[in-house]
Amino acid sequence: MEHKASPLNKKFWTPGVLVMLVFMIAGAIAIIARFTGGIGYVTNLSNARPWGLWVGVDVATGVALAAGGFTTAALAHIFGRHYYEPVTRPALLTAALGYTFVVIGLLIDIGRSWAIWKPMFYWNTNSVLFEVAVCVAIYLNVLYFEFLPIVAEQFKGRVNLPGIMAVFNPLIEMILKIGDAILDKTMWIFIILGVVLSCMHQSSLGSLMLVAPTKLHPLWYTPILPLLFLTSAFAVGYPMVVFETTIITSSLKLDSEMNILAPLTRITIFLLGIYMFLKFGDMFVRGTYIYLLDGTYQTNSFIIEMLLGIMVPWIMLLFEKVRNSRKGVFTAASLIIGGVVINRINVFIVGYKSPLSDNGYFPAPGEIFVTLGLIATLMFIYRIIVTYLPVLQAPKEVSP
Amino acid sequence: MQFSRRNFFKFMGVAGASVAALPSSARAWKSKAPPDSYGCLVDLTRCVGCRKCEEACSEVNKLPAPERADCQCTIFDRKRRPDDKAYTVVNRYFTGKLDQFDNPLPTYAKVQCMHCQDPSCVSACLAGALTKDETGAVKYDVSRCIGCRYCMVACPFEIPAYEYHNPITPKVMKCTFCYDRISEQGGLPGCATICPTEALTFGKRKTILKVAQKRLKENPGKYIDYVYGEKEVGGTSWLYISSVPFEKVNLPALPNKPLPKLSETIQHSLFSYLWSPLALFGVLGAVMYKSNKVQEEPQNKGGA
Repeated sequence: MEHKASPLNKKFWTPGVLVMLVFMIAGAIAIIARFTGGIGYVTNLSNARPWGLWVGVDVATGVALAAGGFTTAALAHIFGRHYYEPVTRPALLTAALGYTFVVIGLLIDIGRSWAIWKPMFYWNTNSVLFEVAVCVAIYLNVLYFEFLPIVAEQFKGRVNLPGIMAVFNPLIEMILKIGDAILDKTMWIFIILGVVLSCMHQSSLGSLMLVAPTKLHPLWYTPILPLLFLTSAFAVGYPMVVFETTIITSSLKLDSEMNILAPLTRITIFLLGIYMFLKFGDMFVRGTYIYLLDGTYQTNSFIIEMLLGIMVPWIMLLFEKVRNSRKGVFTAASLIIGGVVINRINVFIVGYKSPLSDNGYFPAPGEIFVTLGLIATLMFIYRIIVTYLPVLQAPKEVSP
Repeated sequence: MQFSRRNFFKFMGVAGASVAALPSSARAWKSKAPPDSYGCLVDLTRCVGCRKCEEACSEVNKLPAPERADCQCTIFDRKRRPDDKAYTVVNRYFTGKLDQFDNPLPTYAKVQCMHCQDPSCVSACLAGALTKDETGAVKYDVSRCIGCRYCMVACPFEIPAYEYHNPITPKVMKCTFCYDRISEQGGLPGCATICPTEALTFGKRKTILKVAQKRLKENPGKYIDYVYGEKEVGGTSWLYISSVPFEKVNLPALPNKPLPKLSETIQHSLFSYLWSPLALFGVLGAVMYKSNKVQEEPQNKGGA
């Protein structure tokens, strides 16, 4: 099957886009408040609770949900399953945007945003966070390189900037042409590098909490936390593709691409199964099931994560009827994504408690506005890019 | 995408050479504690809660004067923590001990950075803004700090505090062990110069550990037979002895294993000389080469 992506030919300003705009404005106001009054002015963070919603969701969850990028690249390009190529471009775009917003989220969360470059020069190789930072920084660039051919495909040979900017036309044309030519020969390096870097920092995000055994609840604190983070990233990659493809194809009334999504979910049974096996195995080996009936909000959050986020969707996907139904696949994928989101929130927020001085934490409105604003901006930019660049499968052109 | 055999083997040759340069196994984790560092002993049975140490600390470190310095009464009604304006605070605890007239007896406990022998914060800091000094002090270098607050997540004693209301140049604030002073011959940390009841004893860690053990031995029944900080998280520079259980004065029960050990062992066994990423690159490269070769015949040209 020939993969042919093309720009969308649709109206841009829809009611959905306007709703996004409202969230973006609210987020922008909260961000201005953060950079004038300080982190303490807009958040409920404290000395006992240094990481909250922004790290737990914007950064940790953002990285996990961008896993569709490297998992589809691995499948289609490295393992040679070219059948799946139509979904690699939207997944790559999600990853590139996702990581961009992870970095933006970090810039808002860290106290000295302007100093974010310092770890590139001052290395502490003992630090898990150092490795995460280096991998994310390099991977973000790798994603941009992987995306450049899509830009080139659209504009090569017809760069036409308006007005005075037109003097740059030949220069940009040349950059696109040379860049595209170089990338055509070297893309395999970037693709493999992207997968390697992803494996490194997806797992290391889990290692972050290993230094704080007295603060993270035993239901989550395990030496195999990095392995759990890695396997859950593997497991959530294809559901994320299913989720966004379904949403975008139904909201833009494109082909549902079920012929690709259904087999993707079959792989997910296997990947989610590994994650589930490790989660349960870990619970039994360490004997943490003793907490399961203690009724605390932490335990309940763990039970929801395990039941709704892992077991239910896994069992659902075992049925062929579910796998072949658009609704069924979408529901299962949403549950898996929800499970990974809850897991990251559990590890970084719910399961975290400083035993001496924690007075409980719930994100302040300012924190929530920033997080929602960033998500809305990401969706907004996604919408712009698929409108103008060849990312999505051209509608009604596929002969299956 | 072009994926030529020559490119592949050129790259793999480099990767293979790097892996071959590996030592046979990653070295076992070793404590990085300085050999002859300083320490400070807090004898909770001697502390009367005068809070002079708080005052001295503020003065030496140019911090705001302690809250209600003259008041030894209502200030103790709530439990305080060190924060961005105070590196050390004294709290009062009623642990159930009674005097001869059955009145509850207070125990006062000073709290500050413990200056761990193998500090979690130092291991955590991605830019090396926190370091363990030869004196034993855990030093903070603001010029490297990016404000990620991972040190605060890592610290088992919940010590580093943050200037949350500074929007652009906030700092991590914590006890410095007055390293400028103790680096000089005969220098003492601010708090230890002033204690009127000699509840604080400063000296070489090895020496004051002996002092503590001697006190426990010579006063049987007075103290709990335990030096807090000797073994906790691999040992701390500050040591405590007490007549009441340590958990009751907010000194947490902690494992004896240095907390950075697990994550550092994982990191170094996986990533020293980048052997595992390079190996993974090689394996994936081989898979890619093979799977693309199989499909080369019908002239397949995949996009990115």
